[in-house]
Amino acid sequence: MTIDTHAHKAPLWTRLPVVHQVRQSIGLQRGMLVVGLVITGIFILTAIFAPLLAPYGYSQLRGDNGTFGAQQAPGGEHLLGTTVGGYDVLSRVIWGSQTAITVMVIAVVLSIFAGVALGLVSGYFGGWLDRVLVVICDAVYAFPALLLAIVMGIVISGGRSGLWGGIFAAAISITVVFIPQYFRVIRAETVRIKAEAYVESARVLGASNGRIMFRHVLRNATRTLPLIFTLNASEAVLTLAGLGFIGFGIEPSSAAEWGYDLNKSLSDVTSGIWWTSLFPGLAIVLVVLGITLVGESLNDLADPRLRSRRAPGKTSVAPVTPAEVRSLAGPIDTSGNFSFQSTPRIRPDGLESIS
Amino acid sequence: MTTVAMKPPVPAAGRSPKKKSNPGGGIGRYLLIRFLLIFPTIFILVSMVFWLMRTTGDPITAALGGKLGPDQLAVLIHEAGYDRPIIIQYFEYLGQVFTGNFGTTISTNRPVSEVLFTYGSATAELVFYALIVAFIVGIPLGMVAAYWRDKAPDAFLRVFAILCYATPVFFAGLLLKLIFAVWLKVLPVAGRATVGSELEMQFLPDKTGIYFIDALKTGNPAVFGDVLLHAVLPALALGLLTAGVFLRLVRTNVIGTLGTEYVTAARSRGVNEFRLVSKHAYRPALIPIITVIGLQVALLLGGAVLTETTFEWKGLGFMLIEFIKARDFVAVQGIVALLAVIVALSNFIVDIIAALIDPRVRY
Repeated sequence: MTIDTHAHKAPLWTRLPVVHQVRQSIGLQRGMLVVGLVITGIFILTAIFAPLLAPYGYSQLRGDNGTFGAQQAPGGEHLLGTTVGGYDVLSRVIWGSQTAITVMVIAVVLSIFAGVALGLVSGYFGGWLDRVLVVICDAVYAFPALLLAIVMGIVISGGRSGLWGGIFAAAISITVVFIPQYFRVIRAETVRIKAEAYVESARVLGASNGRIMFRHVLRNATRTLPLIFTLNASEAVLTLAGLGFIGFGIEPSSAAEWGYDLNKSLSDVTSGIWWTSLFPGLAIVLVVLGITLVGESLNDLADPRLRSRRAPGKTSVAPVTPAEVRSLAGPIDTSGNFSFQSTPRIRPDGLESIS
Repeated sequence: MTTVAMKPPVPAAGRSPKKKSNPGGGIGRYLLIRFLLIFPTIFILVSMVFWLMRTTGDPITAALGGKLGPDQLAVLIHEAGYDRPIIIQYFEYLGQVFTGNFGTTISTNRPVSEVLFTYGSATAELVFYALIVAFIVGIPLGMVAAYWRDKAPDAFLRVFAILCYATPVFFAGLLLKLIFAVWLKVLPVAGRATVGSELEMQFLPDKTGIYFIDALKTGNPAVFGDVLLHAVLPALALGLLTAGVFLRLVRTNVIGTLGTEYVTAARSRGVNEFRLVSKHAYRPALIPIITVIGLQVALLLGGAVLTETTFEWKGLGFMLIEFIKARDFVAVQGIVALLAVIVALSNFIVDIIAALIDPRVRY
């Protein structure tokens, strides 16, 4: 809809997802978005070039001059010191970005596929299947994510495990927690789009359910996904760290994981050894901060109520995503009759929807 | 995820006639539906946990696998009834949960319900403290950020809120510990009370397990102070996590209400700015906040697991990790099931409050 009005005005590169938002934003919002993008960029580059950046391997215990020694203070050969297990802190922090990004990508991709498929089917066909799925997803959504991830961790790996076992255990645990979020959003969109005239027309023309679902409904229902994507990516990093911290981590010989390192540093803190906990912790905070800044900014820019404007009269056309995103992804299903149908009727900006 | 959902201040005029024609309204019916929804929620979660845990095998092999020979294991498994068809065990378990019996732990051989009661009070206390911190920090700062929207205080507070969210509770806990307990030595490192205080509370005739109340009962100000000092760091670590959520929520909603006509009208009547924000704009913004508190209970319980481990706060979360280490899955299952019940109940309570405050919710 809005894309058509843009098409003949702006060159292609300005309409690319993130570029468009950066150009659209001003002042503080642009600052937050750019800072977020820079941090996220550094994180991704660190993960890619970890083998080059890290001075030692993640499981390396000895260098040219014999073993590193445990709990060495920062400085000299070990810029950030060594851990209680005798690993180099800096190397573990750098390698940890690889683990984090792998888990993040697997978790988000899996949950998008599963959540979108379920939401689409549930919203499109309705009926008892829809009701059952909604109740199940509401139940899972209401439950503490970490506990669910713990249960999944026990099921998948029976505790701790090697590199891929550990990564998949973490990723799948996180996936289960995220599916309801995608499910809710896609389902709500599907229910709304199902009533649109063009879906009716397609049906009259004899299009099959599959074709309508994927060609007409899905393509119009995905506009809110990038936002949830960024929000979930940061949550994935936190959940992975939480799992690692309570002992579902990946063995240090298979990969570096920040949560695991923090768990091992618990006793160090009491004796005043600060470097083993500070640096992995800061890595988590920075990554989550960066991704969240991007997600927050995108969300604000998509919400006309929260977007800072240039000057009256010069506002550009609102981008694809309306304010509903947050409330759709959100928990507010207080209607009591499992219906999301009520959501589009009153939009958060107080306007009646125009469908 | 923190969800900043906002109910619009729908103009009252023009809505009310519509609502009357809405069939099946009424708060009684609404609350009944919400109440009935608790049961499928608990049922689904308990069933899910049961089936997931059982895919890993029976709990006795998991807990004692390496320690006992296969013959002894088989005897124990038979005694506990784990060699029967799983579907029978499932219905038996559902029946037990319904009557409040969560089984017996394998590692310590205590009834799970007793474990839940003993350690549940500690977790409840921690969550309560954390909520207080979150309210005191989050709500006023949210109003400040909304009032100075897009100005320096807002920018600062928004980054603060994101930092609150981005910092894992256990890392926040470790930092607080390092600064206040190890370097400054003003607060205790871990635990709920010193050994002396715990001994003194041990011999109370009717102890509640909630140290705040028990310490008051001893009548000894030293014990009371000791208990409070121990609570400061865990409450801060867990409370700040939620404070960030509250801050953002209050900010978004107050921004929404600040733009409404009645606020402008109040301003033109000469209501002072402080009162304008803290009363006129804040009150209607309270409804979405109350709704979200229900979800915060889930977040807080998840965070409590991590906070308790960080500070050796012997509550449900701390014990959960201990039971996981011992591979005692009966206990794990019991704790998870109890938390599911708590989450479902707290969501119901929040729904009631939201419905009582806001008539729009219950149509």
